[in-house]
Amino acid sequence: MAEGILKQILDYSNRANPYPLYEELRKTPVFHDGTGPYVISTYHDIQSLLHDPRLSSDAHNLTATAGDPLADDEGGGGGEEAALPPSFLKLDPPEHDRLRRMTNRPFGPPHSPHRIDGMRGDLHGIVSGLIDNLGDPGRIDLVDQFAYPFPVTMICRLLGVPREDEPRFHSWADTIAAGLDPDPDADPAERLRVTHDARMELGMYLAGLIEERRKNPQDDMLSELAAGHGQDDTMSTMELLSTSALLLIAGHETTVNLITNGMLTLLRHPDVLADLRENPELAVPLVEELLRYEPPVQLLPQRTPLVDIEVRGVTIPKGSSMWLVLASGNRDPDRFENPDRFDPYRKDIQHLGLGSGIHSCFGAPLARLEAQLALSELARRLENPRLIEDPPPYRQNAVLRGPRHLEITCDGIRP
Amino acid sequence: MPDGSLDRLKREGRIVVVGASLAGLRAAETLRDKGFEGTLTMIGDEPYEPYDRPPLSKQVLLGKATAEHTALPRRREIDAEWRLGVPASGLDMAARRVKLADGDEVPYDRLMIATGVRARPWPNEAEAELDGVFVLRTRDDGAGLARRLDAGPKRVLVIGAGFTGSEIASACRERGLEVTVAERGDAPLVGALGGVIGAVAAEMHRENGVDLRTGVMVTRLEGGATGRVRAAHFSDGTTLECDVVVVSLGAQRNTEWLAGSGLGAGPRGIACDAGCRAFDVRGIVTDDVFVAGDVARSPHPLFGYQFLSLEHWGNAVAQAETAAHNMLSESSDRRPHIWVPAFWSSQFGVNIKSVGVPSMGTEIMITQGSRAERRFTGVYGYQGRVIGAVTFDNCRWLQFYEQQIEATAPFPPPFPTVDRRADGQRPIPADFPDPSVPTHGPTITLSGYSPADRRMTFTPAGH
Ligand SMILES: Cc1cc2nc3c(=O)[nH]c(=O)nc-3n(C[C@H](O)[C@H](O)[C@H](O)COP(=O)(O)OP(=O)(O)OC[C@H]3O[C@@H](n4cnc5c(N)ncnc54)[C@H](O)[C@@H]3O)c2cc1C
Repeated sequence: MAEGILKQILDYSNRANPYPLYEELRKTPVFHDGTGPYVISTYHDIQSLLHDPRLSSDAHNLTATAGDPLADDEGGGGGEEAALPPSFLKLDPPEHDRLRRMTNRPFGPPHSPHRIDGMRGDLHGIVSGLIDNLGDPGRIDLVDQFAYPFPVTMICRLLGVPREDEPRFHSWADTIAAGLDPDPDADPAERLRVTHDARMELGMYLAGLIEERRKNPQDDMLSELAAGHGQDDTMSTMELLSTSALLLIAGHETTVNLITNGMLTLLRHPDVLADLRENPELAVPLVEELLRYEPPVQLLPQRTPLVDIEVRGVTIPKGSSMWLVLASGNRDPDRFENPDRFDPYRKDIQHLGLGSGIHSCFGAPLARLEAQLALSELARRLENPRLIEDPPPYRQNAVLRGPRHLEITCDGIRP
Repeated sequence: MPDGSLDRLKREGRIVVVGASLAGLRAAETLRDKGFEGTLTMIGDEPYEPYDRPPLSKQVLLGKATAEHTALPRRREIDAEWRLGVPASGLDMAARRVKLADGDEVPYDRLMIATGVRARPWPNEAEAELDGVFVLRTRDDGAGLARRLDAGPKRVLVIGAGFTGSEIASACRERGLEVTVAERGDAPLVGALGGVIGAVAAEMHRENGVDLRTGVMVTRLEGGATGRVRAAHFSDGTTLECDVVVVSLGAQRNTEWLAGSGLGAGPRGIACDAGCRAFDVRGIVTDDVFVAGDVARSPHPLFGYQFLSLEHWGNAVAQAETAAHNMLSESSDRRPHIWVPAFWSSQFGVNIKSVGVPSMGTEIMITQGSRAERRFTGVYGYQGRVIGAVTFDNCRWLQFYEQQIEATAPFPPPFPTVDRRADGQRPIPADFPDPSVPTHGPTITLSGYSPADRRMTFTPAGH
């Protein structure tokens, strides 16, 4: 097994196509280079570990992070006082279940079964408006002009965060997301400080909004979360802040990649693009296949066993850091036929792109709908779109992977 | 069959499926998927195309779906000849013909039996005939009961607090109807999940305003002058006024039509091997008669080769797929049906799921969550190994416990888990009732041992 493969995966020069590295990685399904994390890369192992109650998502249970380039300590054992308590993403039950349940109340079934579907009109309006304003069809940056502003506008509307404030929270969100990225040249202490500051500032900003909503409730999620429902079922102010920060950041940093990766993939598969233009309902299986083929979250770096566990005969000691490489599991030939083929007509697409188990993506219903609408509208309205640069420049981040820009050209924009 | 007869079967053979419901339909689809091009005949005694039963005690009773709109989604075209509304009345194994009640006979090269079960009726026939007395198994049952609930009865009595009875009670409460549940055992669900979990279920009933009466039997139903049910009498001497009664006492297997056929079919179902091939009365496996779904009874290596009868939706699908596969395969390509039993229910707003065979368990340990919050995982142990698990609103962990069952992992689980609470540190007796005291019918029946075991006897109907 190639030493240093983790380094290669994190190395920016491999960002555009990490898949051959994952293939290499799968040859050692439980990979450990002696100091770093235990890396799990095959579909069935990941799938079963995501349902394994002996694995914790709580950083307090991590003991050995030495050598793990992705270990961060949001709310973890780090010496510094965390700016906000950890979000439910980084908690175990029962706290996780309680917070996630309360957050779900204004978002999805059973209490709010129509919230997402009721946003269809809004979503459509935003998509149309953005496409109307793309400007010169000869040169479009699909990230800056479409894939980024769309989900951001949407998450702002859903939460009730003023869209005009975007420039402010954009930089905090970027900084926090970058905290997930192992930049080998950065000074870890400095990075931690910067991330904490950003979380603190974002928290203070959200606290102001929530205060305002307590006085003046609106029809948005912040208002409903702030209102709570009875004694046991109310979030503390700090919980409320970290939950809304989580939603805002996750709503920012993932769907943008799903849409951009999607358009990039379609431009590389013009036959599928043409098919989508004719059959917008293809968007549904297409987005599922995208989540398999180019998942926006490539790996989950935040798991640790509560006890020594055995995976494929390898003992993973209690407290070790584990990475579950979702994007690799999604290309596992033991699970998917022709895994490296992009095939939206596949019947069997039970992918790991949105995770699985109790931490499976909370925003999935919204993300799916956003990507379906965005891609089918782009396919319908852009006339003969082509890539200007392939591969496009990627964002630094290896975990939240996606193009930084996607420059395309087309012959015109249909009404 | 290297002589090419398998190819001939695939090209121009005749396959007959008796029982045109879930298992029958999925078997038919699988046959076509595997390239079967011959004639396919679907025989069903109900006049409807295959429909789904689980919604009948859930969405349909809540008025969220109508019984007419529960048709099963089709996976593919099956291009079959449908003989609906006519029961099969007999089987001539030697001549390979299925007899129909209308006098017709249908020849086959391979037969698939998926006749399922029917609701156990109220034992007193005259009382069962009273207007307002229902069972719930078919689409017609569901439509009739939903209509009667729409009319706003003053009080509904549910007899039997198994899964179906509990779901019916839950639907009534959600509609704001007064409901009494009478259960012979000590708690709801006790036959399937034991007393420890039954106690949680009992709390759920009571907190949701069900008048739950346990440890009692209904002895008599009483009709009024117009032939409508008006009261029920209980073994404790009390009387209850009620205008709707739902009899929910479990199920009986639809095997009577096979009496005298020579097939190993009886009140416990049709015995088959793990490859879904039916046994004849001599205990010899047949080569052309296959069984799947609620009516089947097959040995399971994970559970001591006990013969399991499962009334589980997922089992019907998986077993039908396996049966269909084996029907068209050389013996070396046949697959065993060793599905780990899995079941779900939803009642009083709680999602209940189980895997394995909880009713074999002697002990239970609450490994995650808490019973008081009604959000927990209970793991069942049998002779030092994990044999089953149940979750209340906690199903995302279930896959792990399923793997523990498959791996015959030790019980009690020796490791810590997330969400372990103080009361989950130690196993306690699972508290299943003495099997000689009947509750409502269980959803899993265990009977006999492997074919090698002398104690196994086949009891054809009518003997
Ligand atoms: C109200 C209700 C709720 C349920 N809820 C759940 C649930 O939540 N979860 C779960 O896992 N399972 C549930 N089940 C069980 C599930 O529906 C069954 O396991 C499944 O239907 C079994 O399918 P089957 O095809 O084997 O049998 P069936 O669905 O019983 O079909 C057998 C068919 O054969 C027909 N038939 C019988 N005799 C003959 C004959 N001689 N000739 C021709 N046709 C004949 C029958 O009329 C019937 O149409 C529920 C069942 C009911 C009734």
